[in-house]
Amino acid sequence: MARIIGGIATSHVPAIGKAIALGIQQQPYWKPFFDGFRNVHEWLDQERPDVAVVIYNDHGLNFFLDKMPTFAVGAAAEYRNADEGWGLPVSSPFTGYPAMSWHVIESLVHDEFDITTCQEMFVDHAFVVPMKLLWPDGRAIPAIPIAVNTVQFPLPTPARCFKLGKAIGRAIESFDKDHRVVIIGSGGMSHQLDGERAGFINKKFDVACLDQIVNDAAALLDMSVAELVLNAGVQGVELLNWLVMRGAMTGSVSEIHRNYHVPISNTAAAVMILENKTVRKEGLQCL
Amino acid sequence: MATTISVDYDDIPGTTIFDGRRAMEGYALNKMCYSFNSLENREAYRRDEDAYCDIFHINRQQRLALKNRNVAQLIAAGGNIYYLAKWAGIFGLTVQQLGAQQRGMTEEAFKEMLLRAGDE
Repeated sequence: MARIIGGIATSHVPAIGKAIALGIQQQPYWKPFFDGFRNVHEWLDQERPDVAVVIYNDHGLNFFLDKMPTFAVGAAAEYRNADEGWGLPVSSPFTGYPAMSWHVIESLVHDEFDITTCQEMFVDHAFVVPMKLLWPDGRAIPAIPIAVNTVQFPLPTPARCFKLGKAIGRAIESFDKDHRVVIIGSGGMSHQLDGERAGFINKKFDVACLDQIVNDAAALLDMSVAELVLNAGVQGVELLNWLVMRGAMTGSVSEIHRNYHVPISNTAAAVMILENKTVRKEGLQCL
Repeated sequence: MATTISVDYDDIPGTTIFDGRRAMEGYALNKMCYSFNSLENREAYRRDEDAYCDIFHINRQQRLALKNRNVAQLIAAGGNIYYLAKWAGIFGLTVQQLGAQQRGMTEEAFKEMLLRAGDE
């Protein structure tokens, strides 16, 4: 059976993609952010996941307001990136895994999550930037993108996203292939692009969230979407993607790594690695 | 749903929530901005803004806001920041410049404020 070996959450600010394209990761502005990925690369080298399930939010590349799914699951053999309109270089395509996608889709619908399925799906910077941060050599593993609506309100609640994560976790771990799966939560942390409150960052809230995602995720699930916007900023609602990721993991997790840095562009940026505690134990027993 | 909603969207300072009402109001505007994913369309807009607005039946209020390059006015007219960012890209405006404009600050002051946000 497939096994979730860990979860990685990371910011996906488009400017990160530009910095990668320009090769300026070691410039003083960028260094504190990119240095936070050295541990991530070590962890990936050591743990060698072979499938990534990526929870992200589309910003108007694949989905428009004509049809806006709350949750959408990719079921394509290949996912293409495309021009988003403001100058980020277009990435080469990513490899999908349709057989596993359809298993996840079957399992989620059986679990009463009435998701949208996509046999064609353009992936935007929220998918591409994490893949490039995690696999900078371009040799990304096959991936299944799962999109959460953060564009048009009403958005799914934190509790609902966590439950979706739990269902995704069950789906992955019932797939009849011995894969080592990493689940990726894309986005965050606090930021706001629009309104008189543009530039809003809430370090206190972010740090508390990072702690609670590890030790007390249930505490985050009582929040309404409005409270989330108030605390994290309008675009900080991407924390929902992190909560899907956290939901897919077991009840208790170990924090392997964390880096929090302000600012990247208008955003408080972070990366975090979590491992399932139970998996860790089983692994040790095998040794 | 166990919790009562203690914060209303309207209570969030300096923030316009893009809900169904605004999605309807701004549909044509956002649809036009969505079309700017394509370079060809960005160039068509650059060539003749009014003619391009005609295709999408952009209303007078929205046209004025577009001419003013004013993001706050565009949001008030139903624009969504994700689609507006594609429009802003035509003029090379960054999200930091848009943020500064909405806050009534210089770009330098806005960036300085962001740098300081990590200190607290």
